Amino acid sequence: MNKLGKILSNINRQVIYLLVFLVVALPMILGIKAKVTVTEPVRKAYEFIDSLPPGSFILIGIDYGPSTFPEMNPMLYALLRHAFKKNLKVGILALQNAVNIPIGSQVLRAVAKEYGKKYGIDYVNLGYKPGWDAVIVSIGREIRDVFPEDAFGTPLDSLPITRNIHNYDDIALVIDLASGGTWASWIQFAQARFGVPVIIGVTAVMGPESYPYLQSGQIKGLIAGLKGAAEYETLIHHPYLGVRGMPAQSGVHILIILLIFVGNIGYLLQKRSKT
Amino acid sequence: MTSVIGTWLAAFFTLAIFSFLYKDNPFYKVAEHLYVGISAAFWLIYVWSFTVYPLLVKPMIKNGLQGENLLLLIPFIFSIMMLFRLIPNYGWISRWPMAFTVGLGAGLGLTGAIQGILFPQMRATVLDLWLKNNPLGTLNNWLLIVGVITTIFYFFFSQEHKGAFGKIARVGIAFIMISFGASFGFTVMARVSILIGRVGFLLGDWLHLIK
Repeated sequence: MNKLGKILSNINRQVIYLLVFLVVALPMILGIKAKVTVTEPVRKAYEFIDSLPPGSFILIGIDYGPSTFPEMNPMLYALLRHAFKKNLKVGILALQNAVNIPIGSQVLRAVAKEYGKKYGIDYVNLGYKPGWDAVIVSIGREIRDVFPEDAFGTPLDSLPITRNIHNYDDIALVIDLASGGTWASWIQFAQARFGVPVIIGVTAVMGPESYPYLQSGQIKGLIAGLKGAAEYETLIHHPYLGVRGMPAQSGVHILIILLIFVGNIGYLLQKRSKT
Repeated sequence: MTSVIGTWLAAFFTLAIFSFLYKDNPFYKVAEHLYVGISAAFWLIYVWSFTVYPLLVKPMIKNGLQGENLLLLIPFIFSIMMLFRLIPNYGWISRWPMAFTVGLGAGLGLTGAIQGILFPQMRATVLDLWLKNNPLGTLNNWLLIVGVITTIFYFFFSQEHKGAFGKIARVGIAFIMISFGASFGFTVMARVSILIGRVGFLLGDWLHLIK
């Protein structure tokens, strides 16, 4: 009993890593599918975007970097597909970090190509500006105060998509995809002060702290982590990276629960043999 | 060709970092040191290219020091003052720009927190405690109000947590523990998602085993 207990509570960590790797890799190689249930926060985000009239201008904050893009990029793909399908005009900007812009623009270009959308007419890349609180407040006055040009140096007045965009009155929705604190600033300044609707997409780690803002009605929807992205992909009937990752995600969760059980059984067996 | 080299390099460094899971080794060390070195160089260029040059130097060169551009002298002088931190005897000079930054941050943060967090969140806890034909909604509202009140009790440290006060605070601890559990669960999910992304890259972009 004691020996079995010792074995169960002292599994070599390399064995656990190998098991986790197999549980992640095998469902992907074998193409296993998992059912994705859509939750209320993601449905709300979808329904709000779906309700926007064609031609509305939406601003998407690309505030995540390479360390979190496996979680966040699937959200951006899904949101852009929905937006372009609905013929919404899309602008991207980065306030957290300049390296986020190449990540976002790569996805934007790819999805725009899928839907035959043109730069400057259907979408625009505003680039990066430091000092996010001040930038968010300044957009409330006049977007040209902080973004006189797009990311490539073209004045906003020269682009058909931004010619009539001046402040939040002309922006139908702000979506912030964030792995840092920018989402809170969009809520505090853009939503609370100027009343612009805000949807946030955050990493799963940040999910629990953002739920209160959904309950209070300060955000129109919430997409958290890869699971949130998978739900959005399900809603737009375009399964992609999020849906592909769900079997692996569920598999690892089951493995972790099993390992917690095994560890506790081992501990109990050891305790019993001692008494 | 460039993307192929990029993919192979990314795959090599991914595996080199993963190799630490077995034990520390030279491949991991190479990847770690390269990461630190590249990051340091990157941030140096980054600050110059995305902040100092476009926001300070470029407007000065383009339009000269006249009119509105005279205002640029303020951040320019502040940034020079900040560098005095490197000279111990004159380090106090850097406190002035620091004070400006802290003051600006506090001012923005305070108004934002009150207007955007405190009041809306307080308003969101004023809920109906009896919803007709909606028992789950009623239960949800009760849970929310009890959770908020008991948690605030827990963070009231001017009175010892004993008697009725202590019991209420203990209920608050239960709510805090549940929120920690949710955070931990979400954190596990996030870390697994990142692993899924990397494994997806190795199996898809590198080995072409998945589409």
